[in-house]
Amino acid sequence: MKGITLKIDGRELKAHEGMTILEVAQEAGIKIPTLCYHKAVSPSGSCRLCTVELVGNGKSRLVTACTYPVEQGIVVKTNSAKVKKTRKMLLELLLARCPNVTIIQQLARDYGVEKPRLKKIKDEDCILCGLCTQVCQERMGVSAINFVGRGVNRTVDFPFERIWDVCVACGACTYVCPTGHIQNEARKVAQLKRQLGIQRKCRYMLMGAVSNKLCPNNYECWRCEYEQRTEYRLGEHPVLALKLAQRQGR
Amino acid sequence: MARLQSSAELKDFREAILKKRDIERPCITVCSGTGCRAYASEMVSTAFEEEIKKQALENTVDIKTTGCHGFCEKGPLVVILPGEICYVQVKPTDVAQIISQTIMEGKIVDDLLYADPVTGEKAVHESEIPFYKHQTRLVFGNNSKIDPTNIDDYIILGGYSALSKALFQIAPKEIIEEVKNSGLRGRGGGGFPTGRKWEECRHAPGDIKYVIVNADEGDPGAYMDRSLLEGNPHSVLEGLIIGAYAIGSHVGYIYVREEYPLAVENVSIAINQAEEYGFLGKDILGSGFDFTIKVHRGAGAFVSGESSALMTALEGRVGEPRPKYIHTVISGIWDKPSTLNNVETWANVPLIINNGAEWYASIGTERSKGTKIFSLVGKVNNTGLVEVPMGTSLRDIIYNIGGGIPEGKKFKAVQTGGPSGGCIPESLIDSPVDFDELSALGSMMGSGGMIVMDEDTCMVDTARYFLDFLADESCGKCTPCREGIDQMLTILTHITEGEGQDGDIELLEEIAEVTRDASLCALGQTAANPVLSTIRYFRDEYEAHIAEKRCPARVCKALISYYIQPNRCKACLICLKNCPSGAIAGGKKQIHVIDQGKCIKCGICFDVCPKRFSAVEKISGRPVPLPPPIEARAIRERKPRRKR
Amino acid sequence: MVSQIDPAAIDTIIDRYQDEEGILIQVLLDVQHEYSWLPQEALKRISDRLGIAFSEVYRVASFYKAMSLTPRGYHLIRVCLGTACHVRGAPRILDKVEQALKIKAGETTQDMKFTVERVNCLGCCALGPVMVIDGEAHGNLVPAKVEEILTEYD
Repeated sequence: MKGITLKIDGRELKAHEGMTILEVAQEAGIKIPTLCYHKAVSPSGSCRLCTVELVGNGKSRLVTACTYPVEQGIVVKTNSAKVKKTRKMLLELLLARCPNVTIIQQLARDYGVEKPRLKKIKDEDCILCGLCTQVCQERMGVSAINFVGRGVNRTVDFPFERIWDVCVACGACTYVCPTGHIQNEARKVAQLKRQLGIQRKCRYMLMGAVSNKLCPNNYECWRCEYEQRTEYRLGEHPVLALKLAQRQGR
Repeated sequence: MARLQSSAELKDFREAILKKRDIERPCITVCSGTGCRAYASEMVSTAFEEEIKKQALENTVDIKTTGCHGFCEKGPLVVILPGEICYVQVKPTDVAQIISQTIMEGKIVDDLLYADPVTGEKAVHESEIPFYKHQTRLVFGNNSKIDPTNIDDYIILGGYSALSKALFQIAPKEIIEEVKNSGLRGRGGGGFPTGRKWEECRHAPGDIKYVIVNADEGDPGAYMDRSLLEGNPHSVLEGLIIGAYAIGSHVGYIYVREEYPLAVENVSIAINQAEEYGFLGKDILGSGFDFTIKVHRGAGAFVSGESSALMTALEGRVGEPRPKYIHTVISGIWDKPSTLNNVETWANVPLIINNGAEWYASIGTERSKGTKIFSLVGKVNNTGLVEVPMGTSLRDIIYNIGGGIPEGKKFKAVQTGGPSGGCIPESLIDSPVDFDELSALGSMMGSGGMIVMDEDTCMVDTARYFLDFLADESCGKCTPCREGIDQMLTILTHITEGEGQDGDIELLEEIAEVTRDASLCALGQTAANPVLSTIRYFRDEYEAHIAEKRCPARVCKALISYYIQPNRCKACLICLKNCPSGAIAGGKKQIHVIDQGKCIKCGICFDVCPKRFSAVEKISGRPVPLPPPIEARAIRERKPRRKR
Repeated sequence: MVSQIDPAAIDTIIDRYQDEEGILIQVLLDVQHEYSWLPQEALKRISDRLGIAFSEVYRVASFYKAMSLTPRGYHLIRVCLGTACHVRGAPRILDKVEQALKIKAGETTQDMKFTVERVNCLGCCALGPVMVIDGEAHGNLVPAKVEEILTEYD
């Protein structure tokens, strides 16, 4: 793959074609704040918090680091005045939407925002980053939940607000959610618990990883031997790791 | 109909049709675009057909329903060829007279002619009417001569000769050079140089490439593309096929918004006919080039007209924009190189191929070549579609072609570029229409919507209106657009409701800047324009709303009151009877008084008060005068003084 | 409104596209046109036939204005609120319609007779303000004309 050199915050760095500015920065230990980015899924560029400034030829341009593919010779500033001003307003907008979400409060404080000056204060905990829908689609291959509607009324939900059987309570969505809004794992487990007899399958049984038997832990997966072994062995969320392993034919 | 297999066969075919047609024979053309249809033009054409049958004139006179002529204010329009006699606002009841007088006796029906509103001077021929006289209708002009459901009409006018030339006389690379040299820039809003776009796509790696016609036309107030697709679909198809050949694409898409059912129908008919004749499908005109076109309908989303969103919609997924750091000409539909252009852009291509890049570049300004079709609407006398060379001044368009502002009102601003554009005030009305000039003024050319506003338009309300539209249409994916527009809309709504605060303007500017700089797609990036341009040119209106709680144009409901002037009221009872909330008290010879507590500010009293009295006044920014006491409300008849 | 969707009818619509790619939106529009709304069973059938996740089909149906997930009234009133119509007083027309039918834009009357929708431009700008009822355009409106026009529809 083609080698590329670029400058981030004055440091000359080496990368290869196909990498994004964010990947290069993270490798080099340069911190860029993100909310909707997770290494388990492809970047969507929706929160815009990782905005950085590209300078050159007397012009400057704001782009999102998570989706911008590196090019030979680009000069990137991750913390210029313009970038800081932009991130500050973005956080003000997010704080007005989610005033009680810890991670938003923390990030906002980092950028000097204690209370938004904006007039419409809502009380959401979802920032519509889309990570839950992406992990369900890209990694679990199921797409049990998805975006619904558009604009300010956009939400994330099951179709017709019912928990369908394609959801196996794998917990991947809960794992990647940055704000703690997603509670589908608990909801689905509650639904599974209400089912009786042989149908009472846990997520590993539903994924075919464990042969048919009743759960001995009353669906408290953190007690489960199988989950502990899997997590320990594969080093990340057991269900995501398991899905990946299945796909790779292991 | 056997498919035409060569350039020569096309030429022969064209001559054969011409021979069969008698161009001296009178032909009655009735405009049947969506606009005139709303004026019941279909009933007019039916009336003509019946009358012709009744008078047994089937072999003497032809009747043709055409696409939009452009002079929508005066529809239904009827033009009688070959003399080009133009009748306006024709009703089915006028038909018998037209047939007996004009067709049978060759006499003009005076009452149906266009009359200048000021001088009263009548125009007999279409080209004499000031609305048409000052236009240069290179792309749009053929609309009045073509039945869009009959491909022969297009062929007779020289249709598909450009395609023939492109396939057999010019190499694909040269076609692209020609388009580059013509200076053609995208007509959909972006204004990107078309030739460069084609070139980049041609050079992109991969064998499968797509060409796309963007007929989503989401800008409210713009309907040029609709009229082109409805009225002259083959001009767009021809341009598309030429472009596909130059780029190396074999599959094309036309994405039409579903709110345009007639356009969908007519373009589908045109595609079928073009396939029948050999202009589409396999081995076009025997050149060995294959190309097919599919039509997709939009489903009611302005954002899906954005190029990356449109391509996603063509893939059958939700039409939301995606990051365009990798250009769609490299990675578009299904990650294949895709060239998307607007309807009008494609329609310009056959002209360039037929007449040459030099000819095209001789029209317009240095950086904006050719003509542009604008939809001139709003507070203007002659609403309709207007085609002028780039560089024409806004003043010329609004006054010479548009006939100025109705009811003698004062011009205030013209809005160009739709919700992504801005408002241009009177002081700048001599500015030329040019991509870069309009952008420098804080607006943009956009797709060509031109909305004229007068003294009765509130600019703060206008900004609020556009943000309301954008909030409704935002896909909601990215923070600055979704939350930023919502917050700006909240502030603007508060201002129009009399709850504006000091510092609101500055806060609006701050949010607008971040929305502009950090949004994912052009919807968010240009959302700032309506706000910033109205603040730039009409800051005083914002300040009046905030500091004085006054709406200078007297539009914002919360800031106006209706008041009946006692010295003008003649107690005619009309407003009293029409008031939906029973807020007017009075009687015969009793001056009417509005109870401000009950008034819902609907404005009906203002509308219905007879013009000669004009007793209802809209007050803003000052307290409503107290009504005269009941004893003083009787209107006394003034008896003439008797001389002693 | 009948919610009994015959899967065969949905199949007929899908089969018109003969294995073409990217046709989800076109199929949904055709079904919407046929039934005047998109019942759950129809979406399920489309999801199964096209091999697209049910949540994705639902997402598309919830995104687009032309698609309705709830039954619509017998007559569809679309009031244009495009810029040209706005400048000519369209908001007052919408107010009058809402007032006359006692519903807000986006809603359907109790007796399922009328559904009112705001549209962002119908392309008849010279006739503004305009409303289209069942495809028929009524232009050059003033609030006083609205009730009269509504009584024409039973």
